[in-house]
Amino acid sequence: MIQLTVNGKTENLDVSPEMPLLWAIRDTLGLTGTKFGCGVAQCGACVVHLDGEAVRSCVTKMSRARGKNVVTIEGLSQNNDHPAQKAWQEIDVPQCGYCHSGQIMSAAVLLRENPNPTDQDIDDAMAGNICRCGTYPRIRKAIHLASQMQEKTKSDK
Amino acid sequence: MSTKIKFIWIAIILVSGIGLAFTVSKNRIVEKEYVSIVPIKKDSVASVAAFKQVYKVLMSPRCVNCHPKGDIPLQGDNSVIHSMQPKRGKDGKGVYAMKCANCHQPSNSPGLHTPPGNPEWHLPPADMKMVFEGKTAHELAKQLVNPQLNGHKDLQQLIAHADDGLVKAGWNMGKGRTAPPLTHAQFKKAWITWLKTGAYAPAK
Repeated sequence: MIQLTVNGKTENLDVSPEMPLLWAIRDTLGLTGTKFGCGVAQCGACVVHLDGEAVRSCVTKMSRARGKNVVTIEGLSQNNDHPAQKAWQEIDVPQCGYCHSGQIMSAAVLLRENPNPTDQDIDDAMAGNICRCGTYPRIRKAIHLASQMQEKTKSDK
Repeated sequence: MSTKIKFIWIAIILVSGIGLAFTVSKNRIVEKEYVSIVPIKKDSVASVAAFKQVYKVLMSPRCVNCHPKGDIPLQGDNSVIHSMQPKRGKDGKGVYAMKCANCHQPSNSPGLHTPPGNPEWHLPPADMKMVFEGKTAHELAKQLVNPQLNGHKDLQQLIAHADDGLVKAGWNMGKGRTAPPLTHAQFKKAWITWLKTGAYAPAK
């Protein structure tokens, strides 16, 4: 039995320590917002937060996730209102949409660690998330907008 | 105390002493194997010959790929720029959503050309880049013994570094990657020989 926290809820999963975290998230817990892309940490579609870091869940074994705090796209915000989610909607970033839960989870780490990223910072942070539709210009635009939204939310408080 | 009891005590002391002597002797052998593979004696010919073996390993993709001259690691047996271009970061562990450990797990991922793993996976930090890529044998030998360029390591720490977990990871490369040209044992012997014969640099 492996215990971990997923989106704030303690889970005890009867799975192999060798099972990829992505399998547990999607197949065992039914949280299908996180996508399977390449399976070898090359594309970023499966990014979730593991103790706050943007890990590729397809290569992260359950043994590493034991006792840790996992956040998936479903748990990033209470009402789909994380600045990155709002900016993605505002800019209408996705085309097919398959990669965008991973894109948003990576962008969320960037915005947490660097609230006002430059284009170069965005490139450095997002280079591991591939979009087959080529929505990169809109992703960059949305991250800048999310940065402004985040700043405004802080100043309003 | 009767003569018989005295005799028993003497026998116990003798047996314990012999056992202790064997234990100390065994420990000395282990220590000798580790730090005294060669005598501490300067020998420029032997030193340079040993470093030539060391250099072959350090310039192999398994070592040089994480000691790049730029801020992006290299990958593969052809040492090309790492796909998705992860950056070094201040601590050598990557930046933002592109930290080394986000993909590189505590152990190798299964399959061909999948991310190799180690719990300490990282590049040298930004303030001590310890570049191997493009260095001649002369330049690299000088760099490795300079505490201002080698991570502040003295001779003993350099010797111990042969058994560093991330150094040894070079020989646990995962499927699809060629091992360094020497075994780890051969490398360690050449490394310590080089250091303990004076750490001479090959000619320019």
